[in-house]
Amino acid sequence: MTGHTVGITNFGAYLPRLRLQRKAMAVANAWFNPSIMGQGKGERTMANWDEDSVTMAVEASRDALPTDKDPIAARQHIGAVYFASTTMPFSDRQNAGILSSALNLPEHIHTADITGSQRSGLSAIIFALEKIAAGSTPSALVAAADRRSTRAGSTQEFQFGDGGAAFVVARENVAARFLGSHSISVDFIDHFRGAGEEYDYNWEERWIRDEGYSRIVPRAVKGLLEKTGVAASAIDHFILPCTFAKLDQQIAVKSGIDASKVRDNLSANVGECGTAHALLMLADALENAKPGQKILVAAFGQGCDAALFEVTAAIEKNRPQRGVKGFLARRKEETNYMKWLAFNGLVEMEKGMRAEKDNKTALSVTYRKRDMLFGLVGGKCEKCGTAQFPRTRICVNPNCGAVDEQKPFSFAELTGKILSWSADYLTYSQDPPQHYGMVTFEEGGRFLAEFTDVDIGAIDTGAEMRMVFRVKDFDEKRGFRRYFWKATPV
Amino acid sequence: MATGIKDKVAILGMGCSKFGERWDMGAEELMVEAYLEALSDAGVETSQIQAAWFSTHIDEQSVGKGGTPLSVALRLPNISVTRVENFCASGSEAFRGAVYAVAAGACDIALALGVEKLKDTGYGGLPTGQPGTLLPQWGANGSAPGNFAQLASAYRAKHGVSKEDLKRSIAHVSVKSHANGAKNQKAHLQKPITEDMALNAPMIAEPLGLFDCCGVSDGAACAIVTTPEIARAMGKKDIITVKALQLALSNGLESTHNSWDGSYFHTARIAAKRAYDEAGIKRPREQVSMMEVHDCFSITELVTMEDLFISDEGRAVYDVMDGYYDADGKVPCQIDGGLKCFGHPIGASGLRMLYEMYLQLQGRAGARQLKNPKIGLTHNLGGSPSMNVCSVAIIGAHGA
Repeated sequence: MTGHTVGITNFGAYLPRLRLQRKAMAVANAWFNPSIMGQGKGERTMANWDEDSVTMAVEASRDALPTDKDPIAARQHIGAVYFASTTMPFSDRQNAGILSSALNLPEHIHTADITGSQRSGLSAIIFALEKIAAGSTPSALVAAADRRSTRAGSTQEFQFGDGGAAFVVARENVAARFLGSHSISVDFIDHFRGAGEEYDYNWEERWIRDEGYSRIVPRAVKGLLEKTGVAASAIDHFILPCTFAKLDQQIAVKSGIDASKVRDNLSANVGECGTAHALLMLADALENAKPGQKILVAAFGQGCDAALFEVTAAIEKNRPQRGVKGFLARRKEETNYMKWLAFNGLVEMEKGMRAEKDNKTALSVTYRKRDMLFGLVGGKCEKCGTAQFPRTRICVNPNCGAVDEQKPFSFAELTGKILSWSADYLTYSQDPPQHYGMVTFEEGGRFLAEFTDVDIGAIDTGAEMRMVFRVKDFDEKRGFRRYFWKATPV
Repeated sequence: MATGIKDKVAILGMGCSKFGERWDMGAEELMVEAYLEALSDAGVETSQIQAAWFSTHIDEQSVGKGGTPLSVALRLPNISVTRVENFCASGSEAFRGAVYAVAAGACDIALALGVEKLKDTGYGGLPTGQPGTLLPQWGANGSAPGNFAQLASAYRAKHGVSKEDLKRSIAHVSVKSHANGAKNQKAHLQKPITEDMALNAPMIAEPLGLFDCCGVSDGAACAIVTTPEIARAMGKKDIITVKALQLALSNGLESTHNSWDGSYFHTARIAAKRAYDEAGIKRPREQVSMMEVHDCFSITELVTMEDLFISDEGRAVYDVMDGYYDADGKVPCQIDGGLKCFGHPIGASGLRMLYEMYLQLQGRAGARQLKNPKIGLTHNLGGSPSMNVCSVAIIGAHGA
């Protein structure tokens, strides 16, 4: 089945900067579970306190999308947004809508959340590709991200990672042609998370390995190869997220694929990133793939999705700015397990009375100012050319003062510079000191911005900053969270 | 053509409560403490006061909204009471209202009273508040020290001052204010400190340490104003009149437009120029005898010395270290201890500054009396460096 002309045009990834050292995790937990010392190798990605699946999906999407200075104009071609995760911040408020707004995508597009299983990320890509093949949209953005909660000292805490990946799928200029997909759907409950529950409940590993992965995945792979008429020996890259050591290779061999074709599952330096993981591994494979190579990606979860792609010559000019490789390099070792516990709500820190501030959000204001708050859209005066944030009716330029002349202008993809800053130990922050300062943009405009992913003593005036979409405040009383843009060192 | 406020209004009397952690008193009692002193100083009765202006900033922490708290506390005879709020410059705003009412001829005797009761929050530092419905959704979370600390990084970058030199200079700002505050029995903090103490204090907001930050205090201050003619008719001698009263507010330029470099107060320079013009002062460095400026943080005071055109741009850091603003310097600054040591009950601070200038001009400042001052300047600021309200007032002997 080679009739498809649809495929992946662009792809991107995101990994949080912090890398929690598994040795530090093991040392902190060995008193309780001595056998855990064996897992104390390598590192896992650790989301900052202000990151969640939506913010990571935004970053991965920015890695995949054009980052022109005017993202509003550069992203008009996106016709749909699908967001996959099992850790979406909102159960009833479309999370894909937040993603779409933060990316300055047009409002006249279809957006949806796809969730419920570890294979949701790959399911979303297959769904989007088939929608495009059916002609109902010319292109779609598919993003997946997860930040899964785990109990302190659990095996999952060691095995999991936080991260996201994003793909632009379309019918033209594809860098990886979609050859087809095959799915097995069966209610195999290796783990589950009941509605409203914080943590997964896991069944016995040996059963999951032998009766789950080993029996279900080969069926999906076999079905896919038969459907597409591609020989197992023709597969250049085999992708299967799996936390059991070497099981991916055994399944490949069982399916007729050489063990050497199995992609590294990033367990040593990232950890398994939930619904995003198959996509992260696909992005990683595409970053290194050559035209003509075939990539088979499978994702397990109440059955298995499998999809086949063939890399085209367009890959050479469609690789992401940062990608898995770039984000792996943007790395800071974290050895403070207490910080991990605090960032993940696993220990209750004494926050002090300043943290009692009520963070109730006026939702009608949020809606009225949605382009400003989500897309970092300010204004550019048509009369004098001054860019300014926020957009107002009267131009701030003292020599202009034009009324109603400002056109929407997004600052999201601009690089700023620190004019002034401080590291504030008095303000409540989940990661003190609270760094913030005046960030100015060469194109015009400035605002006093919070900084994130910064180290004490490592910033100064003149430093170049990139804007990132993050959680601004949590409203724990009402289960709401505010998002806004922060500045981080380039 | 506006003729300005110079010499149109006289200060008939002033009062100021003891500032500090007044666990024994609420705002109502503090108001009475300041008021009774002013009433006695002015030599008038409550029945003679025809209109009042009342300033308080954080209403949710003390008196609530409206003008009634003042009317009730002082049992005013059902006169008009206008409550004003303009960040930390609220006290100057109350004074301005009363002075303008007298100058306009709307009344003969008017009252301005500011109060703040901050020590009922349960924690140190200024209370946190809700700045409307939009700003919390995008404005950087920060504290007052963190916002004012921004000045330090921008000032260093602009003038090429090393971290160490600036830190030492702002330490001297605080050492000087503590030395002055030690001579003021109404001051919140009356203990001298050393430069080493200031340099080695715990960090609050880089580069501001504990001693770079002013006290958070309870207190009230009060002025009763009238015309110079009425004051004279009441037998007053040494009449102190208002020479200038200026207020300048940010319009978003500093926070939005790249023409501001972050190292100074745009509004203060504008307010200062207008005030000097109004008062007829041509050479402030020579003509201003003394100042009470808004030293909420040591760095604020340092850059203000330039914004008021006393120190040349980039030179305040050295003038401060040379002792130019010390009690025995050329232009003594914060002779009462300033916000740093007298304390900062927000709504009262602008009036407290005037109180000290008034006492000094009348030769009634006791142990901290300066020799023969002629012109006193107050600078009262509210908000943050990038978005603020700045008041500059000048008072002096009538006719001087």
